[in-house]
Amino acid sequence: MTTKTKKTTLVEKKLIGLADIVIQSAERSKDPTFQIPIRALSNVSFNERKGLIEMGSKKQERSFFNVGMAKKFMQTVLVADALSELQRADLTTSLREIYYRTKHTIKDSHENTFDTQDESDPVIEDLEVSLAALREELHVRAENSGSIVGPVVFGDDGDRVDCSKLGKGGYSVPSIVEPEYLEIRRCTADFVLLVEKGTQWNRLSEDKFWRRYNCVLLTGNGQPPRGVRRLARRLHEEYKLPVYVLVDNDPWGYYIYSVIKQGSINLAFESQRMAIPKAKFMGLSSADPERYELPRNVGIKLNEKDIARAKELMNYEWFKKPAWQTEIKRMLTSGLKYELDALANKDFQYLTKKYLPRKLKEKDWLD
Amino acid sequence: MAKKKKETASETESKSSAPRESPEPAAKTKAAAKPAERVTAVEMGARQREISVSEFFTKNRHLLGFDNPRKALLTCVKEAVDNALDACEEAGILPDVTVRLEVVSNGEPVAPSQASRFRVTVTDNGPGIIRQQIPRIFAKLLYGSKFHRLRMSRGQQGIGISAAGMYGQLTTGKPVKIISRIGPKASAHFFEVQIDTKKNEPLVHENKQIEWEQPRGTQVTLEVEGKYQKGRASVDEWLEQTSIANPHVKLVYQTPEGETKEYPRTYHELPPQPREIKPHPYGIEFGMLLKMLQDTKSHTLSGFLAGDFCRVSPQMADEICRAAKVSPDAKPRELKGPMAEMLYKTLQETKIMAPPTNCISPIGEKAILAGLYKQIKGEFYTAVSRPPAVYRGNPFIIEAGLAYGNRPQDQNKPQQPAVPKAEGEHEEEDSELARVIRYANRVPLLYQQSACSTFKAVLSTTWKNYGLTQSRGALPGGPMVIFVHMASVWVPFTSESKEAIADYDEIQKEITLALRECGRRLGLFVRRRERAASEFRRRNIFELYIEEVVEACNRLKGGTLPKEKLKGQLQKIASARTGGQKTDEALGKTAGGPEGLPHSIIVTTDGVEGETALATQIEADQAAALPTAEPDLLGDTLSADEPVSKEKTAKETRAKKLPKKTITKSDQIALFAGEPVVKKKLGGKSLKPTKTAGPRKPK
Repeated sequence: MTTKTKKTTLVEKKLIGLADIVIQSAERSKDPTFQIPIRALSNVSFNERKGLIEMGSKKQERSFFNVGMAKKFMQTVLVADALSELQRADLTTSLREIYYRTKHTIKDSHENTFDTQDESDPVIEDLEVSLAALREELHVRAENSGSIVGPVVFGDDGDRVDCSKLGKGGYSVPSIVEPEYLEIRRCTADFVLLVEKGTQWNRLSEDKFWRRYNCVLLTGNGQPPRGVRRLARRLHEEYKLPVYVLVDNDPWGYYIYSVIKQGSINLAFESQRMAIPKAKFMGLSSADPERYELPRNVGIKLNEKDIARAKELMNYEWFKKPAWQTEIKRMLTSGLKYELDALANKDFQYLTKKYLPRKLKEKDWLD
Repeated sequence: MAKKKKETASETESKSSAPRESPEPAAKTKAAAKPAERVTAVEMGARQREISVSEFFTKNRHLLGFDNPRKALLTCVKEAVDNALDACEEAGILPDVTVRLEVVSNGEPVAPSQASRFRVTVTDNGPGIIRQQIPRIFAKLLYGSKFHRLRMSRGQQGIGISAAGMYGQLTTGKPVKIISRIGPKASAHFFEVQIDTKKNEPLVHENKQIEWEQPRGTQVTLEVEGKYQKGRASVDEWLEQTSIANPHVKLVYQTPEGETKEYPRTYHELPPQPREIKPHPYGIEFGMLLKMLQDTKSHTLSGFLAGDFCRVSPQMADEICRAAKVSPDAKPRELKGPMAEMLYKTLQETKIMAPPTNCISPIGEKAILAGLYKQIKGEFYTAVSRPPAVYRGNPFIIEAGLAYGNRPQDQNKPQQPAVPKAEGEHEEEDSELARVIRYANRVPLLYQQSACSTFKAVLSTTWKNYGLTQSRGALPGGPMVIFVHMASVWVPFTSESKEAIADYDEIQKEITLALRECGRRLGLFVRRRERAASEFRRRNIFELYIEEVVEACNRLKGGTLPKEKLKGQLQKIASARTGGQKTDEALGKTAGGPEGLPHSIIVTTDGVEGETALATQIEADQAAALPTAEPDLLGDTLSADEPVSKEKTAKETRAKKLPKKTITKSDQIALFAGEPVVKKKLGGKSLKPTKTAGPRKPK
């Protein structure tokens, strides 16, 4: 594909540009400095019209001849080098492999270029942001940690993958799902149901919920990885499927929903392509325990962290809608959180047979 | 004073309490079972009898430091060496002491670590002991010269050596053997004595004149049950620490393994002779006052007050009598009951000048430095002598010292080849904690560290302020030895075995102040080192990283980069951005003296800076110049001829010697401090050496 080669050269050019900064600064006896957009709450804003979290224009400087930054600077150059190596060889790799590729002991010293992966991961994210290149464009993939099942057919490396014929296990969502890598050949579903936890996804898959309600079942096993989010977005965008999110009733569940809907703070620059502003929050809502008569004893007391996090969420621009303020407040007043698994208290198949059907029938969701 | 009371108390206590203890509980239990059987007062009275001190200590030997075989061996050595040093110093002789430990075995030889019997022989070059006194000194408890006077000395009670002898007698049955000679013209006497534990009187087994190769001195041989084990609180450690605090002593130690360790004399001057003082009114207790009233030779109360106490003038004595509403002419012996109590109260309430302090002889900053430098490898040494202070009427001086760091030559050694580190591996953190060495009147204290006032003061000092690490309630971290010495006419020990100094506020305060001063100097040193190191590290990391960055850029550019050019450009920026000469400045190398720190020694790869540097240098020079003369012999003659410090000699050149008369004992301290840098500030002040010598900021 011509577009692909063109894109890679662009990324590679950008990477080489970093080397040029060093060379030019040295030429002029200046301290080589990279400009890196800040990835923090202070540098994101919520675009209400688009329903997205957008990254601001604040940047931090990373200079070589500053004791505090020297090592980071050196690491940035090393990672850039490794990434350009991937570009040239047209290979994809994982974050961890990049860490190993760039790790070595600096000559004549006891010091390693990187001590742990925690040092190299942020550097890669820094490069993504500052070069405005997607992780996939940098040929870095995350682990496959999502599953999909339902009436959808993919073309993956020329293989036809029919997700309605993959038993209860489904198809493992690759981390890079850009059209160049994963082609959606056909999709006849009516909606996408994105489930936080594998347990509930398995329940629904086993019960063939997707067949009965003609939907695509997706899970990301916790905070959904980019592949899952991007695939949901593509199904939403390309096949106009509504996306419903089913998470635990706790602050972390709310946040997962918000990341799917508006994008994350850390990777705000990717919201454009990942976020699904029209996604709906199906449950568990703090209103559900009462409505579905869940006994109080299957709740879990909110701990201090939960409470602090919930209050934090209430202050986020994108949770300012009155419905959401009520939702979170209700959780705080009850002092309890509920896991999806708690539904099993009623019946093992309560989720499939009662909860979801009623939700869908009543169109009981939050926006 | 307190000690004496205690002992008499323990005696009387045991007299009265011991018999009561045994029959009474028995009587009680019997009474419960068979109320018929009763013990009459007459029967009980028949069982009462006197207990001699010796019997008491036979049963309670742990009170004197003979709780276990290992400690007992150390106590024997300690008591013998303490006596030897006290005697030498009092006689004005630079001490040469030899300690020999031998394994005693029946038949086949036993390894020292396995042996259970030892022969301890301590030989000194002291004044010797006259024949008549030998049996009582070595075989009668509570007999000695040091108890009844207030004077600074190692021994205090007159128990030590005889208790050691008694311990030997108890565990091996062997008598104490003594050889003593009071001068080359006198003949040497050999004694074998034991103690009659019932009467606390010596039994002489053997008494003869013998030939002895030493012209003067005393040799004590004890055979005791013991255990020889190296390491903490061992004989070896004790001798090593003794040599640190007594650099004027030449110590030879023949270990049970047959090794000979020599601790040479590094300071060729005797400590100034401490003076004897009378008790201070603040330092006595009521009972003591009653006893003094009985014992005094004065016929009037005012005469007694003025004559038997220090710092009480006849006028003040009259004033005190008036305030206590007793006649100044009253007979002291007749003062009893509430009258005496009133007098005691008045004495405590009257404002009386602090006791004189020239009765104490501190080790001195210079000597501490010399001692630490000789025995402990480090890169920074400092010492502080506090001005004299008073607790409960007893004057005392606190001295503290520090030895910090690793010697530069040692620093270089563990430079292993750079082994690449795996994830989770880190630079090994130095978790070593500082070591505290404690002294009372120059004697190392090895046991009961945590009960000691000095140790508590070390813990309560905030070492973090001085650039060291310190966990809560722990010793500071780092390669460091902390030296604390208390010199006093009466060191308040927590027990008779003299292991820990009692926790008086005044003492603790002085120790803390001394430690803080040491800490401040160390802090300056550490911070300067750190600043210099961080400058160096800055330059260094850039240099390291430049290589990496250049290589990566080259690969990014497809290997077409003129690498050397880029490297050169970057290095230029690096050195422009980190101070070039600043490193040296940060070390204070431009300032005079050892980085502007008083009473300190700094050891670097380039050499030794500071006070002892001179001494060692001269010693080496002289040894080289006179290859036949032994260094210590040289020292002997030097200080015997005239008490001139070696530095001085060096300064004035060896030919120009100062006349003997001009240097008196009290001037010696000034001489100690007569180091070029601080001389101006200290010259003439005899007993207040430290006050002015605060750390100065380096330029």
